[in-house]
Amino acid sequence: MYDNPLMKRDAVTKEVKISARGCQVFYGDTHAIKDVDVDIEDKTVTAFIGPSGCGKSTFLRCLNRMNDTIDICRVEGTITLDGEDIYDPKVDPVQLRAKVGMVFQKPNPFPKSIYDNVAYGPKIHGMARTRAELDEIVERALRRGALWDEVKDRLDAPGTGLSGGQQQRLCIARAVATEPEVLLMDEPCSALDPIATAQVEELIDELREQYSVVIVTHSMQQAARVSQKTAFFHLGNLVEFGETGQIFTNPHDPRTESYITGRIG
Amino acid sequence: MTDVSASQAPSAAGPRRRTSLLELDDRTRRRNAAEARFRLMGLLAVTFGVLAVIGLVASILLNGLSSFRQTYITVDVYLDPVRLDKAGTRDREAIAKVTTFGYAPLLEKALVDAMAANGIALEGLSAKQAAELISKEAPAQLRRYVMADVSRIGETVTFDVLAAGRIDGYYKGRVTMESAALDRNVSPEQLMLADQLKQAGLLGTKFNPSFFSAPDASDTRPEAAGLGVAILGSAYMMLVVLALALPLGVAASIYLEEFAPQNRFTDLIEVNISNLAAVPSIVFGILGLAVFINFAGLPQSAPIVGGLVLTLMTLPTIIIATRASLKSVPPSIRDAALGVGASKMQSVFHHVLPLAMPGILTGTIIGLAQALGETAPLLLIGMVAFVREYPSAPPEGFFEPAAALPVQVYNWTQRGDPAFVERASGAIIVLLVFLVIMNAIAIILRRRFERRW
Repeated sequence: MYDNPLMKRDAVTKEVKISARGCQVFYGDTHAIKDVDVDIEDKTVTAFIGPSGCGKSTFLRCLNRMNDTIDICRVEGTITLDGEDIYDPKVDPVQLRAKVGMVFQKPNPFPKSIYDNVAYGPKIHGMARTRAELDEIVERALRRGALWDEVKDRLDAPGTGLSGGQQQRLCIARAVATEPEVLLMDEPCSALDPIATAQVEELIDELREQYSVVIVTHSMQQAARVSQKTAFFHLGNLVEFGETGQIFTNPHDPRTESYITGRIG
Repeated sequence: MTDVSASQAPSAAGPRRRTSLLELDDRTRRRNAAEARFRLMGLLAVTFGVLAVIGLVASILLNGLSSFRQTYITVDVYLDPVRLDKAGTRDREAIAKVTTFGYAPLLEKALVDAMAANGIALEGLSAKQAAELISKEAPAQLRRYVMADVSRIGETVTFDVLAAGRIDGYYKGRVTMESAALDRNVSPEQLMLADQLKQAGLLGTKFNPSFFSAPDASDTRPEAAGLGVAILGSAYMMLVVLALALPLGVAASIYLEEFAPQNRFTDLIEVNISNLAAVPSIVFGILGLAVFINFAGLPQSAPIVGGLVLTLMTLPTIIIATRASLKSVPPSIRDAALGVGASKMQSVFHHVLPLAMPGILTGTIIGLAQALGETAPLLLIGMVAFVREYPSAPPEGFFEPAAALPVQVYNWTQRGDPAFVERASGAIIVLLVFLVIMNAIAIILRRRFERRW
């Protein structure tokens, strides 16, 4: 079913962007992530799949320290971005999040205009000195979010007035506007219809040229369609990590096979 | 298809009792009866509440509306230089030495002259008794008028002077011929004279602006009492409360809600804020007396002290409302801001706070309205004093004695003359109008700035 296009994908090893070693996450007494080792490559789409509650979203949120906002959450082990430990006490999570952008499950535009939504990140990071520069950044981000043509005439309209799919692309545009190096996407299509999903997936594929994209998804078809690498999580463990084609056609672990054939999850 | 299943049903049901949908079984009947009873009780409760409100408003309006109108006597007063400026120098300081006793005979003469001109006989009353129709406040009124411009001395001016409280009461139905016969302050003959003056067009009832602007008056001059100082004092206190409680309350809630760690200590603070909201207001009055007046040495009866005490009272309300509205901002907005690399502070001030603003403003205005109507703590810090001097403009005015609206109501209900009951009800109407306006502003703000996401 997936074989031909998947097998043809290039398996050239690229530079490692994010690397996790012995990563453990605890929510109070609950051990949510157990000893995860994973290397996320640059200019690659990496998909995290697995049944609900397996810890894939939790792990994703560790990558830009969004878990810091949860009081009872504790992270152990090392996660490095370009070789630098992101949990080093000297690291300011704000600076990290400028490098590692995030798109959430539910489209969450600010209740402001479309322009302000996209311009907010560049503004607070001081990326534009003049209004013209800011305009340019906003246009570039909206073009990259495949939304420019639809909204260029109504940049002052509220972002919350767009359709669900448009809102999610606006959120993606907002995330890329700050020129991150890694883009984390937490089930970005779960609230979208198939057409909007297809648009977002197409967009993810384009974003791969410049960013390292990590996507959490419940849809195995989506993982197979957009990713080059796939990681299968189960009960807090990283069960299997490899080329997407290999995971879906020739999984090494029996649990992976059970999941992708629909027996667990 | 349906026919078939219907015909098969009895045999399939077997021993089961057949029931009809057209008749109610016992359980359903009992349930319906319970529901009907509950509805009836609810309706009764609401009806009772509505009737109570209607009764309250009606009684206040019936008693108080008349205080917005006042009986005046129109007379032509000759500002006699012989009495007011004996030296003839038009020197302000010399004229200022003439007290209200110097002005009273002018009014008496003006009234007697006016009566003569209209052919009204004294009929057994002395000129002095006739002059009792004029309020004791009137000479002061006239004196203020002269002092405002001394060059008026020597002219004859047409002046609307206040009628005495009993005469005013006669036209508002408070005083009758029977009650006047038993009253030492007014006689039936004086009332008849007033009627004649009215027929001659010299006496009339008209809108009473000085009720809103004049200061309080003494026990014997209810007709002159006004709310000016009280309104000013209440306004000053609200300014103090707004300036202190809003920033403090909002800052405290933002810290507690967004930044403070969740531990025993913050839990304790939270519980205490809720408790503080339930502390009887008179306790805050004692606190204000001890801390602000006895310890800090601030003046008594001053709006600054009242404002500080009311701030303490309003803070918990504002904090609770602000925290509730901060909590209601969806976490996805915070995530979105953090996700693009905003700091905690930026996410709060750029995104969360603007969304919480309508709730914060509503809470603040409700808190202010509560503070505006608060009486008990103000009694303890001396705001109950009889104040006739207007406080000056802020900031000095904050430290000068003033009254407050609710305390003025309390004050007037303590006075002996029944005319003050009318004044108190009128003051309640003014207070209620302010409260309704504030609540209306709260509702408008909430509607106006409500954002959906």
